[in-house]
Amino acid sequence: MTDVRPRIRLPRSASAGDSIVVKTLVNHDMESGQRRNSAGETIPRQIINRFTCEFNGTMVIDVALEPAISANPYMEFEALVPESGEFLFTWYDDNGEVYTATEAFEVS
Amino acid sequence: MLTRRDTIAIGLGASAVALLPVGAYATTTEEAIAAYTGGAEMAEGGVTITAPEIAENGNTVPISVEAPGATEIVLIATGNPTPNVGRFTFGPGSGAPMIATRIRLGRTQDVMAIAKMADGSFASTAVEVKVTIGGCGG
Repeated sequence: MTDVRPRIRLPRSASAGDSIVVKTLVNHDMESGQRRNSAGETIPRQIINRFTCEFNGTMVIDVALEPAISANPYMEFEALVPESGEFLFTWYDDNGEVYTATEAFEVS
Repeated sequence: MLTRRDTIAIGLGASAVALLPVGAYATTTEEAIAAYTGGAEMAEGGVTITAPEIAENGNTVPISVEAPGATEIVLIATGNPTPNVGRFTFGPGSGAPMIATRIRLGRTQDVMAIAKMADGSFASTAVEVKVTIGGCGG
């Protein structure tokens, strides 16, 4: 999983103090550990096991993911934007890799 | 060929597995629920699940959960080999206790959401999702 490209969608604008809908998607197989290959061997589990979103250092949501989350995990949730600032999104892979994305957001 | 060193390593691995406490992995829905709530009573209602009645493809079933007043939501797929789906913890920056995601369902089953409220109590609800093609591989 070297080519992980997170995708983030935020509303175009919001007023200070609003709650905004945040949509995130990251490409990842989320190999469940339940499947077998053609030789009948179990394919080892490799999933994103944790996802977090922070805005200006304040935790918005912290998710513990299990293998029952679909491939290319999608997360939609609401975040408070008391002022302009930056979102930090972090995905934690079973293999120890950590993928991050940041997104600036301006309030009016 | 197994060398003597390999054999010792295998032995060590096996005993490490044997030492895992029973119940470290919840294998049934009841265990998954009990592991989360500690056996506490769960109120009915206060949690809303939005999911399709019939899911053509169990590999990716859109689901959203809302639970006003909740600090955390746990999703449980009662008919999956591993019932736990995810735990969603809302931080101080959360705008609303809601989450939408996509999940795998192995077969037709009830999907359950347990919300932990700010006062430490629990509420839950469940909806049935009919699955045409299961999503657990094989």
